[in-house]
Amino acid sequence: MKVYIIKRLIEAIGVCLVISMISFFLLFLNTDPALLLLPPEAEMEDIALFKKQMGLDRPVIVQYVDFLRKVVLHGDFGDSFLAKIPAIDLIAGRLPATVKLALASLLFINLVALPVGVIAAIRRYSFMDNVATFTALVGQAMPLYWFGIMLIIVFGVWLGWLPISGSDTLLHLILPAITLGSWILPVNMRLVRSGMLEVLSQDYIRTARAKGLPEKKVLIKHAFKNAAIPVVTVSGMQFGALLGGAVVTETVFAWPGLGRLAVDSIRMGDYPVVQAIVVIFALCVVFANLTADIVAAVIDPRIRLN
Amino acid sequence: MSVKENLIETSSLPEDVKPSTLSLVLRKMWHLRLGVVGAVLITALLLTAVFCPVLAPYDPYKQNIMNRLKPPVWLEGGTFKHLLGTDHLGRDNLSRIMFGSRISLVVGVSAVIMQVIIGVGLGLLAGYYGGKADSVISFMVNSMMGFPFILLAMSLVAVLGPSLQNIIIALGVTQWTVFTRVTRIETMKAREQEYVLAATSLAFSTRRILLRHILPNLVPSLVVLATVEVARAIIRESLLSFLGLGIQPPTPSWGSMLAEGRDYMLMQWWLAAFPGAAIFISALGINLLGDALRDVMDPHLRKS
Repeated sequence: MKVYIIKRLIEAIGVCLVISMISFFLLFLNTDPALLLLPPEAEMEDIALFKKQMGLDRPVIVQYVDFLRKVVLHGDFGDSFLAKIPAIDLIAGRLPATVKLALASLLFINLVALPVGVIAAIRRYSFMDNVATFTALVGQAMPLYWFGIMLIIVFGVWLGWLPISGSDTLLHLILPAITLGSWILPVNMRLVRSGMLEVLSQDYIRTARAKGLPEKKVLIKHAFKNAAIPVVTVSGMQFGALLGGAVVTETVFAWPGLGRLAVDSIRMGDYPVVQAIVVIFALCVVFANLTADIVAAVIDPRIRLN
Repeated sequence: MSVKENLIETSSLPEDVKPSTLSLVLRKMWHLRLGVVGAVLITALLLTAVFCPVLAPYDPYKQNIMNRLKPPVWLEGGTFKHLLGTDHLGRDNLSRIMFGSRISLVVGVSAVIMQVIIGVGLGLLAGYYGGKADSVISFMVNSMMGFPFILLAMSLVAVLGPSLQNIIIALGVTQWTVFTRVTRIETMKAREQEYVLAATSLAFSTRRILLRHILPNLVPSLVVLATVEVARAIIRESLLSFLGLGIQPPTPSWGSMLAEGRDYMLMQWWLAAFPGAAIFISALGINLLGDALRDVMDPHLRKS
């Protein structure tokens, strides 16, 4: 187990390094902050001076190592070109909104996917099962942001039940959370269903039933616990999908989170902020994957022995 | 009549009248009604894309300020002249959506071709050589998957500039990992098979073994995967355009139309609804076709 965790940890750190490198060089390639930030009438000397001040005249590798050193030691991604404050502070200010949105949509996903998936598996080919299959089919083809806009039009504009943008109250959270959740919901529903179906055909379930356990206990204690393993395993990867979805959802609903900050910063060429967000997102994704793998290995010994 | 009976019955016929693999596939698919629905949707999409200059009632770029923001025909104020209404510059929505199919298809298919070339290539190498090559390639896949796709693609487009070609590149270089994973596993399995052993003992070059012996066996799984990936690529392209880092106006693309329509969603809901519906229907059609193809060509994939 220890060896497994250490191996995965080293790999995770490596992945983070590669991602920091790509995000650094990618934005280094073509974005020239001097052109972006100085007035167009700036003289050549001004530009040179500016580059010297910002350290932009040094070799790329030196700049990258410097970037990495600051990030690792001080969490310093440099100052935002536009807001003139440290990028990390800008991000810290936006983080709570994104976390709130992500948690709300996770709640929504699990509240729907778990019961529907289980019922679809127990009552195979029933109405509920067909609904689940149909939702999965439709959900895969639905562009997330279009779904969000349609929700706004129907529930915000036509029916007037829910607010359509902003983040002041819990009511504001409902439409964005559903939109974001709708991306992952069909996948989880399918996973729970197929996991349950597989587990229900196992011998130990027959044993549990044969010894006269009440069906509820068989389903929840014996079947569901085992069927949940694949859901745990993919949840790490889904965390990344959730963050990616947040970028889109926040844009649609004018939600003041990290995703919108990312979109705005990319558009404006504010690359310290973009780098910071990419690296932080990647860190989250990599460590969510790592945690999911370890949790899966803890609850399922077959994984760690492989 | 099942495909098997069909095969037996025709096996006595001379070579040239045997049903082709294609016709067998088509015959079996007929039984999969959803697949047929998918095929119909895709055919419609393809026909629209090819013939839109003839089919479209108007020039998609032609503005008519006097005639702006007209609702679709079934709403009050709509006319038969503009079945799906007009946008904020008075351009005909139906014509723009029809022309938008071209961008979606071109980007979707080209991006997936790029994904296949990178992904399958690396997957074959990783699966066949194993060891160090496998470690390096698997590490690349893991790194790629740790990257938030949308941020990477957006940054790429921002760096390269938003053109059709660059969007294809951005989608292609960020989304190949799924092909690598499938190809790698299948190649590993194939390497243990006797036909590969036979080819090796005949001293065929690695290149020949990979491309002429192993790759053809992977084609069914890859075709199914590629089909579904086209739908995803279409959605991803529309997303980039929606976020303003894709196809630039005035070129009609479903994503950028949706972005423009969003500004009018409070009053003129149809401006955002229709381009999105076009994306949704296309992706749905491709997915239905993909599911049917999977059932026909690759039964053991059905479980996943």
